[in-house]
Amino acid sequence: MKVETCNISRHETFQGPYRRLILDASGIGCAGVPGQFVHLRIPRLDGAVLRRPFSLYRAGKDGIEVLYKPVGRGTDAMLSMVQGDSLSLIGPLGNGFPVCGKKRTPVLVAGGYGVAPLSFLALTSARPGIIFIGGARADDVLCVDDFKSRGWDVRVTTEDGSLGAKGRVTVAIDAWLQSPESRGDREWYACGPDGLLKAVGERAAANGWNAWLSLDKHMGCGVGACLACVQRVRNADGTEGWVRVCRDGPVFEARSIVW
Amino acid sequence: MVKSSSKTPDTTAPSMAVDIGGIRMRNPVMVASGTFGYGPEYADLVDLNALGALVVKGIRIAPWDGNPTPRMVEVPGGLVNAIGLQGPGVDGFIADYLPFLRGYEVPVIVNIWGRSLDEYREVAQRLDGVPGIAGIELNISCPNVKEGGLAFGTQPDMARSVIAAVRRATRLPLIPKLSPNVSDIRVFAAIAEAEGADAISLINSYPAMVIDVRTRRPVLANRVGGLSGPAIHPIAVKLVWEAARAVKIPVVGMGGITGPQEALEFLIAGARAVAVGTANFTDPTTALRVRDGIRDYLAEQGMHDIGELIGSLAT
Ligand SMILES: Cc1cc2nc3c(=O)[nH]c(=O)nc-3n(C[C@H](O)[C@H](O)[C@H](O)COP(=O)(O)OP(=O)(O)OC[C@H]3O[C@@H](n4cnc5c(N)ncnc54)[C@H](O)[C@@H]3O)c2cc1C
Ligand SMILES: Cc1cc2nc3c(=O)[nH]c(=O)nc-3n(C[C@H](O)[C@H](O)[C@H](O)COP(=O)(O)O)c2cc1C
Ligand code: FES
Repeated sequence: MKVETCNISRHETFQGPYRRLILDASGIGCAGVPGQFVHLRIPRLDGAVLRRPFSLYRAGKDGIEVLYKPVGRGTDAMLSMVQGDSLSLIGPLGNGFPVCGKKRTPVLVAGGYGVAPLSFLALTSARPGIIFIGGARADDVLCVDDFKSRGWDVRVTTEDGSLGAKGRVTVAIDAWLQSPESRGDREWYACGPDGLLKAVGERAAANGWNAWLSLDKHMGCGVGACLACVQRVRNADGTEGWVRVCRDGPVFEARSIVW
Repeated sequence: MVKSSSKTPDTTAPSMAVDIGGIRMRNPVMVASGTFGYGPEYADLVDLNALGALVVKGIRIAPWDGNPTPRMVEVPGGLVNAIGLQGPGVDGFIADYLPFLRGYEVPVIVNIWGRSLDEYREVAQRLDGVPGIAGIELNISCPNVKEGGLAFGTQPDMARSVIAAVRRATRLPLIPKLSPNVSDIRVFAAIAEAEGADAISLINSYPAMVIDVRTRRPVLANRVGGLSGPAIHPIAVKLVWEAARAVKIPVVGMGGITGPQEALEFLIAGARAVAVGTANFTDPTTALRVRDGIRDYLAEQGMHDIGELIGSLAT
């Protein structure tokens, strides 16, 4: 974990409202693994005291990439960032996704920008598996080719039916779970809204599979100091307590989460 | 430094050391309670030994769950938090964090709170004589817990009794932390001094609320919280100035420091040390920048010791 000042190498439209930000942060890039995130200080955001967290979409010796969608004051202000701008990152933060067990096939479930860390995970996965990508409309279904080009089975759903099957992502998951092809030893990974994570966790647990969920909580410090980002969990001894999404997560096994 | 070079006053770095009620600090820049965890959280990013002192998150006699989430929301010029003093309790702190902190030379100040006079007394007693603790900051000003907290800090009689009780329970340097939410800060500063406090610190966050107009609900689960950050800085400067003139014991100034400028204001107003809070989240190296900026300012002004700056307000 370090504070790194870097420059924007590229900032471009990725798809629909989503943007891709390429940063020459090689220190963080070399250390970052799928599931980790950076805490980004948005330039020229007057009166802001907090950074904003973004998952690593790519990380390597040249730097990092993130995908984001404007949803509020901070991410709106990010739209005006241009190539050459300097900004400060803290990262890589949090723990990455655990590696998929040797005899298991990975099953990924993504909603919205949640596909970004999962695409990075697929890049490092020992073997291809299946990914369910859900979104409100076609624009929200990102990175399909990242997976297809690596031999993954991609199942798309949109709520308005503009791409793939119509409905929520759970509809596609449930149909697949009914089919014989779902049999076997699986390891689940999911990133998206809480409702999606909860649904994935329930389905994985019902079959005795691990489901690794990447949680999104509003953050303060990003390093474990302020206790803003906490999530209720069940401990091994049956008691309940808080964990810090930024430091202890953002990835947790579904059965530990108290929704 | 080589002896010969220190003969020329112009090239000698100004002395930054301060003594806060018996706590000797290398420089006057501390980090504020609740914004720096217990030390390990920021240890990769900041050299803890470069801090004047490290004030840990508030602890009580037993573990405490704090408030439900959301616990924090950003507002223009600051943030409102209602963490609710979640913590491992005094024994958890001693077992899980103190061994780590003992590996550093930085003075560790433990921020304590309680729901009753007895709880305050017990936690102070428990810390007394424990190696590795430089002092106690007595939080009588937290806006985020229903019992205790702010009630002790806004009523003079309660402030008096809790400071007196804790004073009797510990030999460690004692620093009551005052609430800004009072009509006359001088009354509370004077009570702290009279009851044997070694220093005072101020300000804690200011009671505040944020409403989501779409849902018409409070944004924070606790409904109300405490405002911190640049928005409270001028309020804090005024209160520090008043408090510093009311007592002889050292004053630690905090509230909205983001760089050397705001810290210098506190020192000029009469604070002997300062603490960086919310700005740690924006830039974890703020305390180090502040320290360097103060040193540069002293050099520019031809001052050789931070003492020349403290309370130097021209009126
Ligand atoms: C680990 C992690 C990884 C992430 N990765 C990505 C990513 O790769 N790409 C991406 O686009 N986004 C990602 N996010 C989400 C991103 O950080 C947020 O979208 C961003 O912080 C929003 O900032 P803003 O200022 O634009 O929005 P804000 O104005 O802060 O708020 C956006 C929305 O959240 C609501 N809100 C505000 N405060 C709170 C609160 N305390 N609790 C609950 N809701 C609140 C607001 O009402 C509003 O609807 C990630 C989040 C986490 C925690
Ligand atoms: C997230 C957060 C948690 C805090 N927790 C504590 C605490 O446990 N005890 C305490 O005395 N003050 C606590 N404070 C108050 C700070 O120590 C400080 O007094 C206040 O934030 C003003 O300084 P600032 O504007 O630099 O943040 C907390 C502040 C924040 C933002
Ligand atoms: S964001 Fe501060 S503890 Fe997680």
